[in-house]
Amino acid sequence: MNAPHLPHLPHLFHHSRPADAPFESEGDVVEFQNVSLSFGENVVLRDVSFRILPGETRIVLGPAGTGKSVLLKLIDGLIQPDSGSIHVFGHPVFVDGKAAPEHEMYTLRAHIGMVFQESALFDSLTVRDNVGYRLDEEKTDIEMVDARVLEALNFVELGNTMEKFPSELSGGMRRRVSIARAIVTNPSLLLYDSPTGGLDPITSSTIIQLVVKQRDLRNTTSLVVTNRMQDAFAIATHRFNADSNEMRPIPNNGTLTGIDPKTKYLVLHDGNIAYDGDTRGLIESSDPWLKEFLS
Amino acid sequence: MPIFETGKISMKLESLAKNIVLSVQEYSLFCWSSVTSVFSLPFYWNETFRQADYIGVGSMPIVLLTGFFIGGSLALQSAATLSQFGARSVTGELVSLSMIRELGPVLTALMVSGRNASGMASELGSMRVTEQIDAMRALGTDPIRKLVVPRVVSTTLMLFFLTVIADAVGILGGAMVSVYMLNLNSSQFFHTAYQSLDYTDITQGVIKPFPFGFIIATIGCYFGMQTTGGTQGVGRSTTQAVVASSVLIIFADFILNRVMIAIFGG
Repeated sequence: MNAPHLPHLPHLFHHSRPADAPFESEGDVVEFQNVSLSFGENVVLRDVSFRILPGETRIVLGPAGTGKSVLLKLIDGLIQPDSGSIHVFGHPVFVDGKAAPEHEMYTLRAHIGMVFQESALFDSLTVRDNVGYRLDEEKTDIEMVDARVLEALNFVELGNTMEKFPSELSGGMRRRVSIARAIVTNPSLLLYDSPTGGLDPITSSTIIQLVVKQRDLRNTTSLVVTNRMQDAFAIATHRFNADSNEMRPIPNNGTLTGIDPKTKYLVLHDGNIAYDGDTRGLIESSDPWLKEFLS
Repeated sequence: MPIFETGKISMKLESLAKNIVLSVQEYSLFCWSSVTSVFSLPFYWNETFRQADYIGVGSMPIVLLTGFFIGGSLALQSAATLSQFGARSVTGELVSLSMIRELGPVLTALMVSGRNASGMASELGSMRVTEQIDAMRALGTDPIRKLVVPRVVSTTLMLFFLTVIADAVGILGGAMVSVYMLNLNSSQFFHTAYQSLDYTDITQGVIKPFPFGFIIATIGCYFGMQTTGGTQGVGRSTTQAVVASSVLIIFADFILNRVMIAIFGG
């Protein structure tokens, strides 16, 4: 299959810009236009269109098997849609279902961090090598890599696990290492694929706190796929307090009652978007299916 | 047979044929991608040396053992047959020719395939089902360059050295059986073994490991990278990799023999 002719974007692929510098996007960070995807006869996405603005945290909800994880993999160019276009930072990832050249995708992925559902840590590498993988691949100075890895691990409060292997860590610790690996290069877009899936409630709240911490301290645009409604609403109703180093409920200020204005929702149902909007709109929706789903 | 059953069978056959053609196409593209990636940067030297050590040095014991005993068995069997024609003295010639032209390359490739094609399929398959391959791509690394190219390069090169070692050990095994069990003269064995060989025999023997090594690595990596369906899928990929690479090695051997006989003569 021939790759389509794609417009050159020197602002994104200019080599003088370090890969880990935050990407300042003026337009949409992510844009889906009529994206459809089927696996055999199973239609996962049907003409799906939505946009994500800079600094936004978009929580993706929906019943199991509605293509939530697929959505994230499409954004990262890991799977190909049947039709439709996807742009990330204004750069075409897919145009009419055709993929951008893989080498351009590798450059683009340097600005995207992804936390996989089952952590997807390299089991033959230590925590240090997992977190520093991207920096090592970029031939960054070893001392610099060690410092950055330690900083990322301290962010997830696992600074003492540098020399451990993933098999020596608990499920929650692996998930936190996975977050450290995703944020070590300070990406402009973070994709969390069910970061609390399969974890106990206490560990889940630790992970959610990290998502909120990343949002509030670094203002990173992010998509969070989750099946846990309490996690989805915790992200929208909490803010990270740097002084006490913990997340706290957003105080009620009258108009937007204790809700983070940049946290929005995307609810998928049966291959379509059932809801695309803010927290209040979701809670107050009169759609019978949404009401049943939220209950 | 009812018409609807005939229709079902023809649909199944059509689907099977399409799957086979699709697999051949995907494997060909995979091979092409692996070969072109060798000639462009980045090239993972450390990973290549690590794989060369694992595949080359790690396969040494099985290659030494099989080479030695195949050579010995060949001497036993051929001496018994040659005795009927009063030609027992040319046992060395038969052993060396068979080992160098045919048995050394093919059996070494089959042994390495059993050990390494399965290892590659299961390792990459496990990485695939645990999303490590996707994670690698998401982290900006091309899995073909990082995982496949080092395995293809190191298997292709190391199989050559393993075959040479298997040839030597096979002739040694044949010599030991001939001398200690069949009471043949050792200098006569080595003299006939050496005298019977010419450059075309050696050439045929040392060319074969390269395509065989390429087949082992590409098949092992291809089935590993195509794995779906959890741990059961990993097991299935491993089995398929060993079966496919073994059959392809023997098929390629037949084609190579035909081509080399056409080029070098019988």
